[in-house]
Amino acid sequence: MNFVLPNEVNVTWTVMIVLYPYITGLVAGAFIMSSLYHVFGRLELKSISRFSLVSAFVFLLFAPLPLLIHLGEPLRSFNIMITPNFNSAMAGFGFIYSAYLLLVILEIWFSLRGEFIRCARGIGWKAGLCRIVVMFNLEETDAERRADGKITRFLAGMGIPLACLLHGYVGFLFGSLKANPWWSTPLMFVIFIFSAIVSGIAVLIFLYLIVAWINRWEIDRACVNSMARYLWGFMMVAVSLELLEILSIAYKQTEEWEILARLIETKLFLSYIVLQFLIFSLIPFLFLGIAVLFRLKTRIADGLIWLASSMLLIQVLLMRWNVVIGGQLLSKSMRGFTSYFPGLLEREGLVVAVVIFTLPFGILYLFNRIIPLFPSHPKLSEGDSSNS
Amino acid sequence: MSDQRLLSRRNVLKGLAAAPGIILLSTLKTGPVSGAGPGDAAGKIKGHLWGYAVDTRKCIGCYACVRACSAENDVPAGFFRTWVERYRVQADGTVSVDIPSDPDEGFQPVEGDAVKAFFVPKICNHCAKSVCNQVCPVGAAYTAPDGVVLVDDAHCIGCGYCVQACPYGTRFIHPVTHHASKCTLCYHRITRGLQPACVMACPTGARMFGDLNDPDDRLSIILQQRRYRVLRPEMGTHPRCYYLGLDAEVI
Repeated sequence: MNFVLPNEVNVTWTVMIVLYPYITGLVAGAFIMSSLYHVFGRLELKSISRFSLVSAFVFLLFAPLPLLIHLGEPLRSFNIMITPNFNSAMAGFGFIYSAYLLLVILEIWFSLRGEFIRCARGIGWKAGLCRIVVMFNLEETDAERRADGKITRFLAGMGIPLACLLHGYVGFLFGSLKANPWWSTPLMFVIFIFSAIVSGIAVLIFLYLIVAWINRWEIDRACVNSMARYLWGFMMVAVSLELLEILSIAYKQTEEWEILARLIETKLFLSYIVLQFLIFSLIPFLFLGIAVLFRLKTRIADGLIWLASSMLLIQVLLMRWNVVIGGQLLSKSMRGFTSYFPGLLEREGLVVAVVIFTLPFGILYLFNRIIPLFPSHPKLSEGDSSNS
Repeated sequence: MSDQRLLSRRNVLKGLAAAPGIILLSTLKTGPVSGAGPGDAAGKIKGHLWGYAVDTRKCIGCYACVRACSAENDVPAGFFRTWVERYRVQADGTVSVDIPSDPDEGFQPVEGDAVKAFFVPKICNHCAKSVCNQVCPVGAAYTAPDGVVLVDDAHCIGCGYCVQACPYGTRFIHPVTHHASKCTLCYHRITRGLQPACVMACPTGARMFGDLNDPDDRLSIILQQRRYRVLRPEMGTHPRCYYLGLDAEVI
């Protein structure tokens, strides 16, 4: 017997609200990777430190876009900062987001000031833009360079808790809603943080390898291997937490489990059990395990790592979908489920979602035209091309 | 030269650092908008604490209340500020619940033997500790001084967080205004001394409305003398909508 409360026939939070935690997750993960180099001295990650920081920045720029498209009154969006209700978890968004955006912009400015100055000394539109960015100060002394380095390290360090806060907050937003048994778990925000790190590392590997293959660069082995190890480790923690969450509810066999079990067995069977766990968690786990533990030909290892990263990007998206949409499919009558799949061309539809998700990559490309995101990458010699 | 540059850069950074502070200060000055309900200005309604009760044993499922509510409050098609659920319990303990697919048609007869069947009207529970108020990021969900939980249309941003947070599923996003919408206990009526439309329309007196602050009010007397339950007490929301004769099957 399927009984859905009458106002729940249509889900309130659409694919846009799936995309929002997904994009902020990429931000948090990419930022943490850049901080591993800047703060924790993982020198092998130098090749992608700039790329990861700028990736965090461009994804951060677009994180609020799905929210704005979703809001009934987007022009009132600033009210969450002007007239906030501090009892609301959501009221924290404006402040946390603004603080984080400011921090990332400052970190990019300080860490790339030298690059901007070199660019500004040239001619053309890029130089003009860079002159504005460096506030028409085209000279740089060693003392300033040292100061910039110190400030960058400081900001990178401060950014880690802020990145966790930004994404932990999203998890808290769901985890604190007692009305929904699929969301209401204190593990939610921990799961969100770890899956964010997974998606952030995955997107960096995914892009780095593609860019390196297209440009026929010599791939920084130490960097890719290190990222693959981090990705493997973080995905194990993230997936274990996801499994622990559901196992603990299942084992307790509370009243809630009766309906949640039905939710998983019916509505979410494909997207949760089959896709999220069996295909997009298990296979990347094996691929990364093989790539990390065994000595393989670099071409095969890179292929496995790239495939695993691509699959983990989808895994995290599936996880967001299963949380955000899955929770809403469950009626508060606890006696039935509604259905949802986004339309193609509607305001909160698939085309808009794809466009929003593609835009950061476009901005990343433009940024790379002004300041190279992967400095000093040697090209492969002809003889090496078979190993790429 | 270099010191001057550093100084100017420092000033720019100071400016940047001050920006969030200015925003925060303006916030403190403005403050959240919760509590600024129409009850403040009216004055007359001060001292009331409106409550609602449903005697499930009296409800005959005629759906007049739902139609009255829709007409009175211009509720958009497909959404409901109130509805009535029909429960049928079979001999083997199987419970089936339904609501009419078309409110104008009302409940249709159903086949099958039920050992127990009853109707349960549902509305916003106007909780004393309402989750919707707690989660609204801009304070547009608020409780009027007379205990009625309302939405401030001038401030609602349509984020839908309150819709997710309400354990009773009584809120929805209005398809035209794109704001949160819900039962107001017909606030435009009760502040003029009238009863909510659903209470007026109920032919059996299953729906009751009254002042919990007035010990001589019929509702207060009923709640003093009769046994009642609230919906989902484990949520800690302390509803001010009370149910008489409620079956354990009802969530």
